[in-house]
Amino acid sequence: MASQEILREEPSRGSFVNDPKVRSLFFQTLVVVLLFGAVWWIVQNVIDNLQRLHIASGFQFLRGRAGFDISDTPIAYTSDSTYGRAIIVGLLNTVIVAVAGIITATIIGFVIGIGRLSQNWLIRKICTVYVEIFRNIPPLLVIFFWYSGVLAVLPAPRESFHLPFGSFLNQRGFYFPRAVWGEGAWLILVALVVGIAMAWFVARAARQRQMATGQQFPVFWTSVALIAGLPLLAYVLSGFPLSFDFPKQSTFNLTGGFQVKPEFLSLYLALSCYTAAFIAEIVRAGIRGVSKGQTEAAAALGLRSGSILRLVVVPQAMRIVIPPLTSQYLNLTKNSSLAIAIGYPDLTATAGTVLNQTGQAVEGVLIMMIAYLVLSLVTSAVMNVVNARMALVER
Amino acid sequence: MSWVRTEMALAQPAPTSERGPIAWVRKNLTGSVGDMVLTVLGIAIVAWILPQVINWAFINAQWTGPDRTVCATVAQGGIKPDGWSGACWAFVNAKFGQFMFGTYPVEERWRPILVAILFVALLVPMLMPRVPRKGLNAVLLFLVLPIVSFFLLIGGVFGLPHVETSRWGGLLVTLSLSFVGIAVSLPLGTVLALGRRSKMPIIKTLCVVFIETVRGIPLITVLFFVSVMLPLFLPEGVTFDKFLRALIGVSLFAAAYMAEVVRGGLQAIPKGQYEGADSLGLGYWQKMGLIVLPQALKLVIPGIVNTFIGMFKDTSLVLIISMFDLLGVVKQNFSDANWATPQTAKSGLVFAAFVFWLFCFGMSRYSMYTERRLDTGYKR
Amino acid sequence: MKNIAIGILGAATLGLMASAASAGTLDTVKAKGFIQCGVSTGLAGFSAPDDKGDWQGIDADFCRAVAAAVFGDGSKVKFTPLSAKERFTALQSGEVDILSRNTTWTINRDTALGLNFIGVTYYDGQGFMINAKKLPGVNSALQLSGAAVCVQSGTTTELNLADYFKANKMEYNPVVFEKLEEVNAAYDAGRCDVYTTDQSGLYGIRLTLGSPADHVVLPEIISKEPLGPAVRQGDDQWYHIVKWTYFALLQAEELGITKANVDEMKNSPSPEIKRVLGQEADTKIGTDLGVSNDWVVNIVKAVGNYGEMFDKNVGSGSPLKIARGINALWTKGGLQYAPPIR
Repeated sequence: MASQEILREEPSRGSFVNDPKVRSLFFQTLVVVLLFGAVWWIVQNVIDNLQRLHIASGFQFLRGRAGFDISDTPIAYTSDSTYGRAIIVGLLNTVIVAVAGIITATIIGFVIGIGRLSQNWLIRKICTVYVEIFRNIPPLLVIFFWYSGVLAVLPAPRESFHLPFGSFLNQRGFYFPRAVWGEGAWLILVALVVGIAMAWFVARAARQRQMATGQQFPVFWTSVALIAGLPLLAYVLSGFPLSFDFPKQSTFNLTGGFQVKPEFLSLYLALSCYTAAFIAEIVRAGIRGVSKGQTEAAAALGLRSGSILRLVVVPQAMRIVIPPLTSQYLNLTKNSSLAIAIGYPDLTATAGTVLNQTGQAVEGVLIMMIAYLVLSLVTSAVMNVVNARMALVER
Repeated sequence: MSWVRTEMALAQPAPTSERGPIAWVRKNLTGSVGDMVLTVLGIAIVAWILPQVINWAFINAQWTGPDRTVCATVAQGGIKPDGWSGACWAFVNAKFGQFMFGTYPVEERWRPILVAILFVALLVPMLMPRVPRKGLNAVLLFLVLPIVSFFLLIGGVFGLPHVETSRWGGLLVTLSLSFVGIAVSLPLGTVLALGRRSKMPIIKTLCVVFIETVRGIPLITVLFFVSVMLPLFLPEGVTFDKFLRALIGVSLFAAAYMAEVVRGGLQAIPKGQYEGADSLGLGYWQKMGLIVLPQALKLVIPGIVNTFIGMFKDTSLVLIISMFDLLGVVKQNFSDANWATPQTAKSGLVFAAFVFWLFCFGMSRYSMYTERRLDTGYKR
Repeated sequence: MKNIAIGILGAATLGLMASAASAGTLDTVKAKGFIQCGVSTGLAGFSAPDDKGDWQGIDADFCRAVAAAVFGDGSKVKFTPLSAKERFTALQSGEVDILSRNTTWTINRDTALGLNFIGVTYYDGQGFMINAKKLPGVNSALQLSGAAVCVQSGTTTELNLADYFKANKMEYNPVVFEKLEEVNAAYDAGRCDVYTTDQSGLYGIRLTLGSPADHVVLPEIISKEPLGPAVRQGDDQWYHIVKWTYFALLQAEELGITKANVDEMKNSPSPEIKRVLGQEADTKIGTDLGVSNDWVVNIVKAVGNYGEMFDKNVGSGSPLKIARGINALWTKGGLQYAPPIR
């Protein structure tokens, strides 16, 4: 009898130790205690070490004079600027190379990815070879290849290749004329903005008309006329306020004009080529994920193969493609930190130099980590918005 | 019923327009005007690149030689005619030992070679699905081999001279970093993935924060972290070997990626499996270890191999914290005055690329093979 | 799998983790039986691995001298190659016992970075090198306005460069690399017109270029670069041992004690030589320092005196062929001067 009573008193519960809630609470408390212990231990060690070794700490160093020069400066920077500004210059350089690389890698990746599914045997094979080569060697090696290739193939500054429009190409980079805006140049900018806005409205109206009546409107040419024509008109009306600063030969290098350095060029090309191989695979998988019936139905409707791809296959493939594409974009951004190996002053390189000049390793590495985290989060956020918009197209 | 045919009609060969090389060419190369243009373009690309590559890598290449003179033109102080351009495999040949072992003492190099032989002898049966006794094999490969290799490579016991890790280099470093990275990151990543799917909020948060942080920063930053920051975290006088620090960095980094791959596998297991395990009265670790993980890990083998490939390639970054993996040693030897020619760097890089490519391509093919083999069982 | 990982980690940790009591560096070094010496990743004449992987150069030899003083055996030293970025942390954290890596002595490094420089083993200055074949007519650094300049990042060189061009109101394009080899390769490939680093380095680097004869080092020296070994702060005994090893090398040269004649010199009638070599009765010079009394004999036997070390690695006996210049002894018009050992 007694045993039955016990059973009734504790119907489902075993011993206290086996209660999942208690266990979970216990484990979590344990983890938190251990974690805090470890963190406390580390912080104590760091403080001890810094004091014992008389190493300065804190972030005041960011306001100190940097004293070193940086080769690519998207914002004004001299050796008199602060360490903080040097790091910002590096961050901007990272963003520039990442954005440029993402755009190019996407274009190459889509071309190669579609090429891998081409009817044409030769094109298919060439694209496969491209993907298999670039996918299977480390990005660092790709960067070295481009850099030594760029330096070996291009001529010294005195024997520069002359390109059209007063541009030059040599070992020191790609030089092209820089636009110098004169008085009244703002009118051109305004015209450009107005042109783009009008082109957008025209496109919208044309789409509505096509939806309603089926009549087509030459949107593309109208847009070109608006976007290119309006600024041109403004340029003529405001009395030709635009002049160009052409690169000229001087003792050592070309001076004047706008210079794209070989470090940037090779990093940008290497990142684009490397990431493009992965994007190609993603695109291929995406396109193959669109069922064959879609293509056949489109063909039955009389669409040509280019239109089938553009109007039917790619929009559906994009939904499959975007999530892995996002992680490739993140990878490209992170791989841009390999710039340090060829001396492009990106975030890692400048923050590393600052770290070395000031000796403040903890702060330097923390800044690097946080900056990259923020970049990654921003990229993910942007791609999530794109992804959400793509998904909305679904029924 | 005489109009019913009693025997099968003989199969006719396909019309000539549908078979033979001409039909193949028509179908695959010259289907339409656009196709023709593409083909011509493709032939042009191949005709432009291929002869150059073959000329450089084979026909004009210099295979053996004592020093730089065999790879330099007369103007550069060598013996080749001016305008010569070819691979300097003589450089790779002369430095091959260093590329493989770094500055590991020459008389002790049988040790890494022995480890390599053991590794291959254990790995090959592991990879072949038909060979039995996988469990024993796994224990030998992942438990016994690392310990044996550790003592063999480091030495200092059984009369073997001690070889400090700063003398390791080349492919030896690349492979040992990757292997240990793989052996550590897979279990660690699995634990992190389980933690991320755990119902305990604190543990879940910690795992999410760790995984997302590590995935959000480049490996170089992690390596900087372990090379310049980690020493300050430890009490006075305690230091880690540089090699071990790189190992920690690479393993933690790979574990975060591995966790996401394993999580994908865990999510793919139907809920019924979890509930079935619960209803049998299995505890958490029994449920995971006996029911869920064996299925989930099998599902994500391709993803795991891809992470391995990524990690193998990423080990080349340790050259930035001045450790000499394959790429690092190759680059270090460019500054050898005995071999400095315009072709040296190119040849060395091509060699390194080829070695990396061979390993990565092999792994990716194996992953595809496994994928195909496991495919049938899981496609419904 | 988890157990396996723990097993591996545990084994690795046991084998690789070098734990040391917070006692003195000398005790730690004696306990482990060798000195861990931080060197560069490869700079000819200062510290670079030879074909067999043995480190050669004046910086490497200095560590051997310290090992000879402590153990009586110059081979009891292990080398850790360090990049410019890692060198200070490696010393601070105790990963290396001595940083002997062509490092410039500055007040900032002595105070804010927690190092103690023990002296100047090589007086250097920053210079410029150009390709005279490609740039005929350039014979002064003041003509370099507009040039692309290759430089290693995270060094005092980088800062001096910025200051020099600013002070002389000249423009330049910095081309900055992390590692010396990368700077060399870029300069050799023609990425920049000018290479700047310490002059001694320029001579060493010139040898590794495709055609060394084309390159000239310009006469200007734009900075003082006193290169010397450094130790951690807060360990006076170790600091003294390293410092006096350096002085002993100088003293030996001053007294004419060489690797070849050190054993004969022990019986020299000169009281000063006898004292320095620890042959005086009841001498306590060595033991007070924390080493044996014949420490100077051991040092000279291992690496020779300062002059021999210099000649062998960077001077007339080496491919670099750098003149002694201001690195000569004070008695010969140079700056190398040792306080008396007595």
